[in-house]
Amino acid sequence: MNDGGIIAIFLQNLPVLVVVIPLLLSPVVAIITAPRLAWAISVAGVGGAFLAAILLQSITGSIGRVTYHLGNWEPPWGIEFVVDSATSLTLVIMTGLAFLATLYARASLMSEVKHTDLGKCYAAWLLASGGLFGLVATGDAFNLFVFLEISALSSVILISMGAGADRRALSAGFNYLIIGAVGATFYVIGVGFVYAITGTLNIADLAARIAEIGGNAALYAGFGFMIAGIMVKAAVFPVHIWLPAAYGYAPSAVSSLLAAIATKAALYVLARLLFTLFAGVPDITELAVTYVIVPLSLAGIFVGTVMAIYEKDIKLLLAHSSVAQIGYIALGFGLASSASVAASFVHIGNHALIKGGLFMAVGGFVAALGSRANLASFVGIGRRMPITATAFTVCGLSLAGLPLTAGFISKLYLVRAILAEDAYVITALVLLSSALSLIYLWKIIEVMWMQPATAKAPNLAENPAIYFPLWIVALANIWFGVDASWLVAASRASASALLGGGL
Amino acid sequence: MMMPQTALLVGILVPLVVACLTPFLANRPLWRDAAGPLGGVATFIAALHVALAVQAGETPRLFVVQIAEGLAIDFAVTPLGAIFGLVASGLWIFAGLYSVGYMRGAKEKHQTRFAAFYAVAVHAAMAIAWSGNLLVLFIFYEILTFSTYPLVTHKESQAARDAGRLYMSILVGTSIVLLLPAVIWVWMVTGNLEFSSGGILADALDPKMAPMLLALFAFGVGKAALVPIHRWLPAAMVAPTPVSALLHAVAVVKAGVFTILTVVVYVFGIDFLSASDAATWLVWLASFTILSSSFVAITKDDIKARLAYSTISQLSYIVLGAAIASNMAVQGAAIHIVMHAAGKITLFFCAGAFYVQAHLTKISELDGQGREMPWVFAAFFIGALSIIGIPPAGGSWSKFILMVGAVDSQLYFVLAVLGLSSLLNIYYLLEPLSRGFFRSKVKEVTVESHPLVVIPPVITALLSLALFFYVDLFADLASLMVAP
Amino acid sequence: MLMQLAAIWNYLIVILLMMVGLFLVISSANLVKKLVGLSIFQTSVFLFYITLGRVSGGTAPILTDAPDTLYSNPLPHVLILTAIVVGVATTALGLALILRIKESFGSIEEDEILAAKNESAAADMAQAKPGVEA
Repeated sequence: MNDGGIIAIFLQNLPVLVVVIPLLLSPVVAIITAPRLAWAISVAGVGGAFLAAILLQSITGSIGRVTYHLGNWEPPWGIEFVVDSATSLTLVIMTGLAFLATLYARASLMSEVKHTDLGKCYAAWLLASGGLFGLVATGDAFNLFVFLEISALSSVILISMGAGADRRALSAGFNYLIIGAVGATFYVIGVGFVYAITGTLNIADLAARIAEIGGNAALYAGFGFMIAGIMVKAAVFPVHIWLPAAYGYAPSAVSSLLAAIATKAALYVLARLLFTLFAGVPDITELAVTYVIVPLSLAGIFVGTVMAIYEKDIKLLLAHSSVAQIGYIALGFGLASSASVAASFVHIGNHALIKGGLFMAVGGFVAALGSRANLASFVGIGRRMPITATAFTVCGLSLAGLPLTAGFISKLYLVRAILAEDAYVITALVLLSSALSLIYLWKIIEVMWMQPATAKAPNLAENPAIYFPLWIVALANIWFGVDASWLVAASRASASALLGGGL
Repeated sequence: MMMPQTALLVGILVPLVVACLTPFLANRPLWRDAAGPLGGVATFIAALHVALAVQAGETPRLFVVQIAEGLAIDFAVTPLGAIFGLVASGLWIFAGLYSVGYMRGAKEKHQTRFAAFYAVAVHAAMAIAWSGNLLVLFIFYEILTFSTYPLVTHKESQAARDAGRLYMSILVGTSIVLLLPAVIWVWMVTGNLEFSSGGILADALDPKMAPMLLALFAFGVGKAALVPIHRWLPAAMVAPTPVSALLHAVAVVKAGVFTILTVVVYVFGIDFLSASDAATWLVWLASFTILSSSFVAITKDDIKARLAYSTISQLSYIVLGAAIASNMAVQGAAIHIVMHAAGKITLFFCAGAFYVQAHLTKISELDGQGREMPWVFAAFFIGALSIIGIPPAGGSWSKFILMVGAVDSQLYFVLAVLGLSSLLNIYYLLEPLSRGFFRSKVKEVTVESHPLVVIPPVITALLSLALFFYVDLFADLASLMVAP
Repeated sequence: MLMQLAAIWNYLIVILLMMVGLFLVISSANLVKKLVGLSIFQTSVFLFYITLGRVSGGTAPILTDAPDTLYSNPLPHVLILTAIVVGVATTALGLALILRIKESFGSIEEDEILAAKNESAAADMAQAKPGVEA
């Protein structure tokens, strides 16, 4: 490890830096009582991870794959962090959005969380971020479980912080705790089975040994438990039930962070399991994607969309819509062609931008309204808070997939990938759901812009402190709708890294 | 003389600039209202430059941005696009003038918002006309829908909102569920979406699938208002008349039929389409639309509703020409875009003039009003002649060429359809005139004179007459369209 | 048959505990009981791992001088040590949340919490009224 001086050492350590910078800063932040300082350190921590992820992305672009051995223990005995094109793209998306959400958090958490809790809140924030980054970076199946729990427990804390504004956050947090723990335990049961068969925990090593051993009942059981556990975390229908309340009642900054990165990390893990770890037993993975993942994704798309159409509370509506959007991503993985997997990665990036931005804007509204954001309180809000409302509308149109927005690019590539499989029914269903998603979006836009507020309605003050992160995300939604070359190319590279034997 | 590229840029940007400036001119109504017609003049000059360059055999191009591999935003003017660009920009001048008169005369609220979105809609129409590939066409097709929504719901009443919802759900719904997959399908089989003369599908698509793809386009382009997806058009008539005039007689619906014609000529290629027999069903459907909506038009007493159904019927002439897919028929369809636009905008202007000057909205109320508003009635008469297709109005050309095209393809029943339709046109378009002059008054009205709502219809009526004599430019462009 | 089952009695206990735990999680309306169920569920997994690590005839994995000693596999024990820590953290966090829920809802029974939540939802709508058009 000592060849090539400081810079080379730094570069070799990048895969672990992404994870440990936020994790190590977390206890530091926990003991700081000044909220501003705690926030500044959090920004530095997540920002450092973002920087490391960008460097990783450029390195994997040229040499393909970077590994790091924790404590210098050689794999398969020691824990290994592995970053290839797919990992680095996911990390860039996640760290980038987490960075913007952290920038946004100061103003938003200040208005929604008790001031005495802020320091601890940032500690949990860093822990959740670091845990989710670790989930993606790790190359060890059991270590993955640990990161799963680190991120889950800290997310529960973050969600429950919403209790300062609304007590329902507590029961949302508790439900997520229970359901999430059951999911993680399922995963760990699966790991037990697979370990019993192969005697290893390193994902690359597992993949190689599974390919040698081939199909076997215990292995299939392990596969089922692992996939089911991760599906809970990814909120794939029907195990999505924890998600709407969790995103709906969490502080807006937390909703923005989790919606942008939490389920994305789990979806990435789902893809890793299907295409890397269990690539050696294609009979069972094909069965799973065809008869489980694709139908459940489609069901999730429709259930999420329909629930969103009938929902009046804006944050819950967005959360239901997340269920549907997760369905699109899972569907792309489920079709398992290189085009569809690439489309899923495109949508992982775009949906993170879309939902991150929408929840940021809603946070602005909630702070100004001083109550929950619902259709009734949104009347005429476009003219009362034009800057925030415009950003919301931009991200919203992107959610509906209108041209010149990021969401359109996702739709274009996803539909093309489905059509290429000659899956006409699925194409029709996806397009239909996409048209339906316009209904819930239009419902909000109509209330925001087309209905004038009464003279009695109180004046609302916009919060300029959120403009910067909010508009960066909103403009990114347009940017990636107009120049998608980078994202599309990176997604293609990710798909070929995943499907081409991967790790 | 501008370079064609510069003209292209000017033509697309001027409406956008007008749209962006309008909100800043909210406190200066005169400047704000002048911006529209002036922008129209500038855009039209640019469009004329572009059209002349195309007539001389050039293809003005403008590359904007590469979205991703195989996807780009670029503009390249086809002869058909040059025709539509001329129509949209030329009529914007008069519609701009007219809407000033109408909005002031009818004392409508939110005139600034109206003017801004009006200009955005024209911008989208120009971009559609000059789009270089199917993706750009799709993008601006959607922008056109969204920019016209605030215009349709302008009155902000419950009825307007309901109509707005129907408008959006049909237009956006069909475009997402049918048009988008059609675009993606083409992209998938050809790997590119560029328009090229002779089409791009001939070697790429299984001829058996061609009817399917054509159906996705025909029903996906809701703006072409084929039965059964025509309902948005009458619903959109809740909008102020200038919107109905420019957008729902010219820009929006013509964008629809323009899309279909473009797809037939530059994506399918008429040779591929006629060889694969993929469009036969569309000939029948278009014929059915022509006749059924004419019959419905007869039953409507509301002037704008009658004109709306007449529009649906006339649009299907163009779809019919595209579906016959012979050299002649396609040219007839292209020229009909021009002729119908000039005629129908005149009729809508007149309908608005009746309303602004005398608060008349029903045909039965027009009895005996001929002498009160002679200029408006005269304009209405010429507009009606053009729609019916009687010389010396421009509409007679396109109908004639369409008929020749039908005979070429030995589709004799089409002649019967066109003949019967003309008879029905005569009935339902000349009835208001005969009532105006040959019946006694049923309603006493006071006519407030607003010159800005009378002059534009008179000019566009004269334009309809002029188009009969000066059709060369359009005929040249139309024949270039089908040139190999 | 019976003999076969007896030979895998350790696995049977794991399955039994797993089912008991999961059933409690799903069926109890009392939040504390739910958490108890979750703990039992997790414990079953601990047992599962430990039973996996046992090698027939093997001794405890402590290095002896005898060269051909058969050791049990120590790795699952190490893994489960981690999982136990995670389990304790989960239970602690869950209990803390239950305390807070009891404070703000006045109950730890799911149906009563649901009723209270519905009241909050009704209050949201009422609160938003001033902005609505008359």
